[in-house]
Amino acid sequence: MASHDAHAHGHHDEHHHHEENFISKYIFSQDHKMIGKQFLMTAVFMGLVAMMLSILFRIQLAWPGESSDFLSFFLGEKWAPNGVLKEDMYLGLVTIHGTIMVFFLLTGGLSGTFSNILIPLQLGARDMASGFLNMLSFWGFAISSLIMLISLFVESGPAMAGWTVYPPLSALPQAVSGSGFGMTLWLISMTIFIASSLIGSLNYIVTIINLRTQGMTMTRMPLTIWAFFVTAILGVLSFPVLLSAALLLTMDRLMGTSFYLSDIIVGGEMLTNHGGSPILYQHLFWFLGHPEVYIVLLPALGLSSEIIATNSRKPIFGYKAMIGSILAIGFLSFIVWGHHMFVTGMNPFLGSVFVFTTLLIAIPSAVKVFNYITTLWKGSLVLTPAMLFAIGLVSTFITGGVTGIILADSALDIMLHDTYFVVAHFHIVMGMSAVFGMFAGVYHWFSKMFGRMMNTRLGYAHFWVTLIGAYGVFFPMHFVGLAGAPRRYYDYSAYSEFDNNSFQLMVDLNQIITVFAIIAAVGQVLFLFNFFYSIFRGPVAPQNPWNSTTLEWTTPVEHIHGNWPGELPTVHRWPYDYSKPGAAQDFITQVTPLEEGEEEH
Amino acid sequence: MENKLIILLVIILGAIAVAQLVRIYEISSKLRKNAEHEISNRDNNLNGRMMFGFMFLMFAFFIYLMQVYGWTGRGSAASDEGVEMDWLLNLNFVIISAMFFFTNFLLFYFTWKYVRKPGVPAYYYPHNNKLEMIWTVIPAIILAVIIILGLQTWNNLTGPTTPEAEKIELFSKQFDWTARYSGADNTLGLYDYKLTLDNNELALLTTNTIDSSLNNMLYGLTGIRSLQKLLNNRDTIFSDSTLNVLKIDLSRKERLYRFLAQMKEYHNPNLDASAWDDIIQKDTLYLCKGQEYEIVLRAKDVIHSAYFPHFRAQMNAVPGMATRMKFTPNKTTKEMRQEKNEESFNYVLMCNKICGGAHYKMKMIVVVLDRPAYKKWMDGKKKVTFKDQYFPVAAAPTTPADTTAVTMN
Repeated sequence: MASHDAHAHGHHDEHHHHEENFISKYIFSQDHKMIGKQFLMTAVFMGLVAMMLSILFRIQLAWPGESSDFLSFFLGEKWAPNGVLKEDMYLGLVTIHGTIMVFFLLTGGLSGTFSNILIPLQLGARDMASGFLNMLSFWGFAISSLIMLISLFVESGPAMAGWTVYPPLSALPQAVSGSGFGMTLWLISMTIFIASSLIGSLNYIVTIINLRTQGMTMTRMPLTIWAFFVTAILGVLSFPVLLSAALLLTMDRLMGTSFYLSDIIVGGEMLTNHGGSPILYQHLFWFLGHPEVYIVLLPALGLSSEIIATNSRKPIFGYKAMIGSILAIGFLSFIVWGHHMFVTGMNPFLGSVFVFTTLLIAIPSAVKVFNYITTLWKGSLVLTPAMLFAIGLVSTFITGGVTGIILADSALDIMLHDTYFVVAHFHIVMGMSAVFGMFAGVYHWFSKMFGRMMNTRLGYAHFWVTLIGAYGVFFPMHFVGLAGAPRRYYDYSAYSEFDNNSFQLMVDLNQIITVFAIIAAVGQVLFLFNFFYSIFRGPVAPQNPWNSTTLEWTTPVEHIHGNWPGELPTVHRWPYDYSKPGAAQDFITQVTPLEEGEEEH
Repeated sequence: MENKLIILLVIILGAIAVAQLVRIYEISSKLRKNAEHEISNRDNNLNGRMMFGFMFLMFAFFIYLMQVYGWTGRGSAASDEGVEMDWLLNLNFVIISAMFFFTNFLLFYFTWKYVRKPGVPAYYYPHNNKLEMIWTVIPAIILAVIIILGLQTWNNLTGPTTPEAEKIELFSKQFDWTARYSGADNTLGLYDYKLTLDNNELALLTTNTIDSSLNNMLYGLTGIRSLQKLLNNRDTIFSDSTLNVLKIDLSRKERLYRFLAQMKEYHNPNLDASAWDDIIQKDTLYLCKGQEYEIVLRAKDVIHSAYFPHFRAQMNAVPGMATRMKFTPNKTTKEMRQEKNEESFNYVLMCNKICGGAHYKMKMIVVVLDRPAYKKWMDGKKKVTFKDQYFPVAAAPTTPADTTAVTMN
């Protein structure tokens, strides 16, 4: 230890020479910890905006046509004359809600935040492979977020073609007002976002492959890192395809090409475009779109693996099987995109291939669920807020996952496609699981990010409101979908003309859903307050608050450039030595050498 | 305005209230002298119990929703295919419900049961290949069953129709549906979107419709000639942008004109008959119970989706390509009204792909008749074919056949 100390001092002295100023420390920072926090702050803000948008359109769905001061307060006379939401803006809200949630909160916020903070810390690296690229990645993300927000204030409205922006609707300003300048901004924003995400992902991959500290073999990496690793690879392989889809769409919009357009008469105007196919766009979009689901989900599963093991005081059950299932999910995610397109006119035989591959994904997913459950079995559970959110994630992952089996079955998808059943399914399996994973991560690693602790009681209150809200919103939504309600409908008044019972069902359930949504949204105030208050006023954190084994808890609480004073730690064992028989404590950190005669797991 | 102030005030007061709440928490936690990361046994047990309790609440909520809102709010399936699909859906629902209850139970039960107890260490249990094998193989077997049954149904649903199937085209545009029955020959006439005119909304392809489109393109109100005249008029001065728009419009129309001229060149007049006897029907779609239908879908502007919730049928209508679906209604509207005990009930065709602002209004009422009633309705309709609509007074077609190339200026 003596030599370590000597090194530590040497290192410190060196750093006094380039004292950081405000701009290089907080704005154009190249330190992975700061960049991670920047991602988190941006994403929390974007998430708030997207949540507000959802409340606005939920009000319309529950009380269609009724004047609402809340709507006129936020949308003004232009988009909510007399407090009644305009049809076009309804679509705009839905579109931007989806886009922000999927890309800006759950991709940028989850993978961006935690990959940045945890990859170097859990691998024993001084920083990311390229701090500069990492900074670019964040600024690309920030600029694209800003452009997406600006698009909400464009005179002709934001993009309105749904978050999947299928052409021709998204290509023709004559078809819907949002396909004008709003859509252009959407495309610009997404292009920058994709570039930022690519730079980030490449950086994560390179760091994980090259900068692992001594002894940190691939099979000694925490599952979080495995999840980030596979996520980054998925991103690198799939996001460029979305870029190509966006590029072709831009060309169709601006240069008169016909990639997606054919034989169209819109707004009384006969277009000469011929030979393009809207289906091509859907193929390109979903080639990203489906891996994207796992880009969102895998980091959440990775974080919860770590949190569940730590707080069960048990090794994660089936470490190698968990890695295998992450890899299997990652691989399969590339050959299932067609299940979004069963009723688009795609060849039915192709559809049946996609049924097969899609249902295969259920197997590694089931393995993961059972491994989590077995990890809890005979554990000594410490129910921190992070642990509760992680368990909540497993629950929503199950609940949303099983309905995926129905939607993956092409014969059943025919009647459920584009209904609220789909909306309920993906919100609970992807949205809620990922959001729960994100909250779990924030509660668990908050002390690592800010050096302070969050308030546990508020954390509990936040968890319970969120869990009850989540199920309260999305359980009834399945039944709206089973009743056949199409999604992206401004209201269901059409039903009153042909089926009063169904109409009544939809009105009732939509009100229940909206009430729960508002409760859950208000509940997030607990989190926001706890989060920002604790950054400044929370009690100072101990070095290893959760008695964890991984490397990030061997760094000092005070953030320093380079993470470890002195030499980098050397890893001697896997990250899950909890409650190992014969050990003095119920956890053995990765830097502890094996005892004489002790076997690695 | 006042209301807006109130909303703002509520938001601010809410924030202050939370702030106060937190301070109380702060003070109380300082009194307890418990650090935030040390979870007391009391909190731990309480949350464990609440998790288990929540599970019961969740299950009860699920069962309640199942009871009240039933298997499907759509009612029983009204087509042969739908009956098969409902059976499959129910089977799948049973399987996934079992999975849902079983795994969620284990999860929440363990959370409650294995909550930390002082002095009881966790059981070190890193892996067991046999167990992993079990929960790989069992889901695989269940999924194999689901896949096999699902694909059998899928193949039935997407396979070819029998020769007896009646062909109907559903034409979609923002924001309504038009049906085209194939008429006496059960063959839908050909179409080309460039032939769209006020009296030929579905752009059917016949010698006459080509001629009138050519004529309209050249001499129509905004046709090539009038555009040329406008542009060549030395007395009018256009702004650059207007001039540009007009020029683009002109070149677009000249291209379309050339395409139409080519079309006329290659058109086979023998195909006209299949279009003339087609029957165009708006507002309400009439179908016959027990009759198999092959529905061909077309879109004029953007993607739409023909969704018949009661027949459990759905297919997108895509601009530039024809898609198809099939189903056989097996209950008349009357029978369904009796079954649902609702006099005003009707079948419906809805748009289920976002297509613009009024997407939610785009629908068509569907009426299923028994065979005699359907035949009677159809006989009446056969008196108003496309030909009858196109030539309202039984006169010979008189369209100028000026197909010479447009002279450029």
